[in-house]
Amino acid sequence: MIEVRGLTKRYGEKLAVNDLSFSVEPGKVTGFLGPNGAGKTTTMRLILGLDYPTAGSVQIDGKQYRELDYPMREVGALIDAKAVHGGRTAYNHLLCLAQTNNIPRRRVDEVLSLVGLSEVAKKRSKAFSLGMSQRLGIAGTLLGDPSVLMFDEPVNGLDPEGIRWIRNLMRALAAEGRTVFVSSHLMSEMENTADDIIVIGRGKLIANTTIEKFIAENSTETVRVRTPQIDVMARAVAAAGGTATANGDGSLLVQGMPTERVGDVAFEAGVRLHELSQARASLEEAFMELTADSVEYHAGTAADAPTAPTPAGTETEQAPAGRTS
Amino acid sequence: MAAVTTEGTRLSSLPAPSGRAGLMGTLRSEFTKIRSVRSTYWTLLVLFVVCVGLGALITSLTAAHWNQASLAQRATFNPARNSLLGLYFGQFVIVVLGALTVTAEYSTGMIRTALTAMPRRGIFYLAKAAVFTVVALVIGEITSFVAFFLGQALLSSTHIETTLGAPDVLRAVVGGGLFLAVCGLFAFGIGALVRHTAAAISIAIGVLFVLPIIVNFLPTSWTNDIMRWLPSEAGLAIWNTRQQAHEFSSWPEFGIFCAYTAALLIAGFILFRKRDA
Repeated sequence: MIEVRGLTKRYGEKLAVNDLSFSVEPGKVTGFLGPNGAGKTTTMRLILGLDYPTAGSVQIDGKQYRELDYPMREVGALIDAKAVHGGRTAYNHLLCLAQTNNIPRRRVDEVLSLVGLSEVAKKRSKAFSLGMSQRLGIAGTLLGDPSVLMFDEPVNGLDPEGIRWIRNLMRALAAEGRTVFVSSHLMSEMENTADDIIVIGRGKLIANTTIEKFIAENSTETVRVRTPQIDVMARAVAAAGGTATANGDGSLLVQGMPTERVGDVAFEAGVRLHELSQARASLEEAFMELTADSVEYHAGTAADAPTAPTPAGTETEQAPAGRTS
Repeated sequence: MAAVTTEGTRLSSLPAPSGRAGLMGTLRSEFTKIRSVRSTYWTLLVLFVVCVGLGALITSLTAAHWNQASLAQRATFNPARNSLLGLYFGQFVIVVLGALTVTAEYSTGMIRTALTAMPRRGIFYLAKAAVFTVVALVIGEITSFVAFFLGQALLSSTHIETTLGAPDVLRAVVGGGLFLAVCGLFAFGIGALVRHTAAAISIAIGVLFVLPIIVNFLPTSWTNDIMRWLPSEAGLAIWNTRQQAHEFSSWPEFGIFCAYTAALLIAGFILFRKRDA
């Protein structure tokens, strides 16, 4: 259980994290989403006490990170897989971490074999690929058998097989009742992994919801209906083969039929509609729309590139799409 | 790479925790760190070769040319100092190791991982400094004694050698090892302040090597007053026994060097605890 309250971090003029409050529950994978530069890594550094907050606090199972008796036995964190001394072997890297928390040596061999690095245990880690480094970093997080795990962009630079491996591992860790907090700048990565999602942009909280709710609101098949006759409409949709779920804000989310059909069903059942709208095209699009105002560095669009000179003082640059993000 | 199935997440259970993560574990960890990178062995080997090798070269040349030495040279000749002159260059080697012990944590990014494992920064800093001190002191003393005995053996061909029992000699030889260790700690402290390898080494060498040269260009009356307060001159006084008019005696001079080093280590400690990692 991670509890963040009013967390704020200012670096000079820049407010990297702005009055952020959320909690991360055990037994679930919680995705921490936001565009690059949104403050995800800073938030994680603040949780771990690597940086000091300007205001606010973080508690892990009721304690500040620094006050944990055996930090590695309570939290396993991977901020940057390349944050290791490349001249040290994988085994010695893990050993020097384990020793600080009085974790026995045999555990080092065990986590190395768990992540599939036993054969390169005596190799210096500077020769490791990014995927191998990620595995080494993950091995480090598991040394202390912690109840809270934090991963910052763990699938960056991984091949599809590595991505699947990490995804399964995170699911398995959450299934064992652990708190799993994982950041990403891609919604698609979280779609099949996360139970809850926390979205931030420019250091501020944008959304804090479950993935089901997010998908229900944002996937293609979803049609939003607002009507004073919710119960009648719900039955009519069910009778026509669709599923209707109450959204909590008085509207009904219909799945399993296109917008036109929902309209027809309402007409046939004599239900008055106050709203009939199709939800967004894809999760990624929904996510981008959600965070569009908060993206730090926009790529200039082709349309405005030749004519409009970049206004001075903005961070807009005329980059080919895809180079910046 | 072979896929790891999730069934593998079942690891053997850890012994029940008691107490809290503290200094003992962190000392073990820091010792693992310093012994598990090649740069440690390289710098210590270079330190030994430079100090002992130069000492051997200087003493053999002295012995070979002894019959051409003037009376004045013979009168001021100090065989202990002669065999330890390599330490003058050795200080720059140990400075590299002292700086790297701290700055490599930052250049590699390892500091973020290390402080996640041991977030109590006071303990972390203390353990790092303690392990470095022990390693530097052991290697420093071995180097100093080997340089001394080899040098005396080479001087004995012309019967101008000395022994540990002679006045001030034991102080100079033990002091040689102390000097090397404190030079390393001096750079360790600078490393903790600037957190950058090249900057730390440049500053340490600038203060220990370049500063005395600059001071030498000042008017003599100033030089004499300033020299005794310079870290380098104060440090050298423990073994480089010339007992010049402008210096205090050996131990107080060495105390000045230790005081500078302690000030740097404490300043580094305060900033290390206060700053974002």
